Amino acid sequence: MDPAARNTRRALLLAAPALGGFAAFWLLPMARLVSVGASGPDGASAYLAVVTNPRYFRSLASTVVLSMGVTVATLAISLVAGIFLQRNRFPGRGLLVSLMTLPLAFPGVVVGFLVILLAGRQGLIGDVTSWLFGEKTVFAYGMGGLFLGYLYFSIPRVILTIMAAVEKLDPALEEAARSLGASTWQVTRDVVLPGLAPAMISSAAICFATSMGAFGTAFTLATQIDVLPITIYNEFTNYANFAMAASLSIVLGVITWAALAGARTLAGSGVAAAA
Amino acid sequence: MTGPSPRLSPKAEGAKRKPARYWLQLAFTLAVCAFLVVPVFMSILAGLTQNFFVGLNSGLTLRWVGEVWGLYSDTIWRSIGIALACLACTIVLGVPAAYSLARARNRLTRWIEELLVLPVAVPGLATALALILLYGTWREFRASWLFILVGHVLFTLPFMVRSVLAVMMSVDLAALEEAAASLGASFPRRFATVVLPNVRPGILAGALMVLTLSMGEFNLTWMLHTPLTKTLPVGLADSYASMRLEIGSAYTLVFLVMIVPLLVAMQWAATRMERKGA
Repeated sequence: MDPAARNTRRALLLAAPALGGFAAFWLLPMARLVSVGASGPDGASAYLAVVTNPRYFRSLASTVVLSMGVTVATLAISLVAGIFLQRNRFPGRGLLVSLMTLPLAFPGVVVGFLVILLAGRQGLIGDVTSWLFGEKTVFAYGMGGLFLGYLYFSIPRVILTIMAAVEKLDPALEEAARSLGASTWQVTRDVVLPGLAPAMISSAAICFATSMGAFGTAFTLATQIDVLPITIYNEFTNYANFAMAASLSIVLGVITWAALAGARTLAGSGVAAAA
Repeated sequence: MTGPSPRLSPKAEGAKRKPARYWLQLAFTLAVCAFLVVPVFMSILAGLTQNFFVGLNSGLTLRWVGEVWGLYSDTIWRSIGIALACLACTIVLGVPAAYSLARARNRLTRWIEELLVLPVAVPGLATALALILLYGTWREFRASWLFILVGHVLFTLPFMVRSVLAVMMSVDLAALEEAAASLGASFPRRFATVVLPNVRPGILAGALMVLTLSMGEFNLTWMLHTPLTKTLPVGLADSYASMRLEIGSAYTLVFLVMIVPLLVAMQWAATRMERKGA
């Protein structure tokens, strides 16, 4: 056998332990999940229940709407802050960037708790509004709190991605546009934003997929929020409806995977999902 | 983040008087930063005050941290243990896998790469349900911390592989190995003395990532844990739901003290890798 082929074969062999573990602990369990999903009284049509059953459909729809809202808001906020932070140098900038990336390591549960501290019954926002208007604003324990939590979770990740992308932009292009008489707004719209498009697409996909599938934040805020992961959790633990929980989680998995895979086809590599 | 300002034209007059847009953007960025930092600060404060509802006037105390230690120290040790075991598994499985992906670039290895990322692309809830449905009846496994470890390894392995693979693609492994082989080095020797030292920055960055993710993992762990195998984030959720705010905050503080150094080290490793051009 020639050495090149031997090298290739040996290289492939080295992936075997990882693949074996993956097959035993992910592929096989997933196959089981798919078959359990079709094992309920409705058979394989349980996979359509998420569209045909009004309760599940409402849950899916509200999760999609929430995730899209979070994605749009996160992108808008992170674009403004990320471009600003990358393009300007001022005292304290390094500290500001470090502070803003601090939440990267916070799991969803912790984010949920922070939202309660902000907008919960004893929260800061409630204190401020009761001092200002004599009325306490409390919105942590529902969709509003979840929106705030996912925003909190996503902004640091997306800001970092945007900053890295801004750094890689070719300044000569902007300079050329400016010398041709383009206004700041025109340069932003026609040069900067298109240049950031791949980073924006991949950030959007990660943000959307994370918001669709996240569980910890919603779990901390209230177990009654009508989003798909909570619905799945309740089906599984409270109603012991394994078939329904299985089929719904397969549907959810296909949605998040498709969002990430689609973005990767559009924007190239680098869309591998977030933590 | 360390390079010179990307502006081409030296805006001398801009340094004197910034446009209103600049101040607006600065104010906006500061507001975003406040949104991210203020709740963390509140949480730290709440964990250290006698009575959060009365406020700081009630005095600072380490009493709540002490109570957290008494109630939850087992979850802290378990999380550290699982994170270290997870790290060992991801290195043993992930580094050879990354080598394989780097050396044999073909359709098969691209498929493998795609497959390994699936547990990150699919919500942890789905992976956890699948594991429970297939292995949940195996009592000893279900009740042990190894059940959680399996979930964590599935979830963190892609990060280790990606980090190591990125470094492997940036150094010319094939040429280095060929040079070593021409000097008569066997494959295990080449792997240990040529490949591993060259990809150390990738392993380090991946390791920090794996530790951080495993310490904070909740989506999978909440489903996989039993009352006897609670991890730190599971304990956190538990304390948020059933303990007074000060205890939840003190527990969060303990978590922050453990996780923030990892995060700082991670960013340090990442900038170091970038500077080397990896």
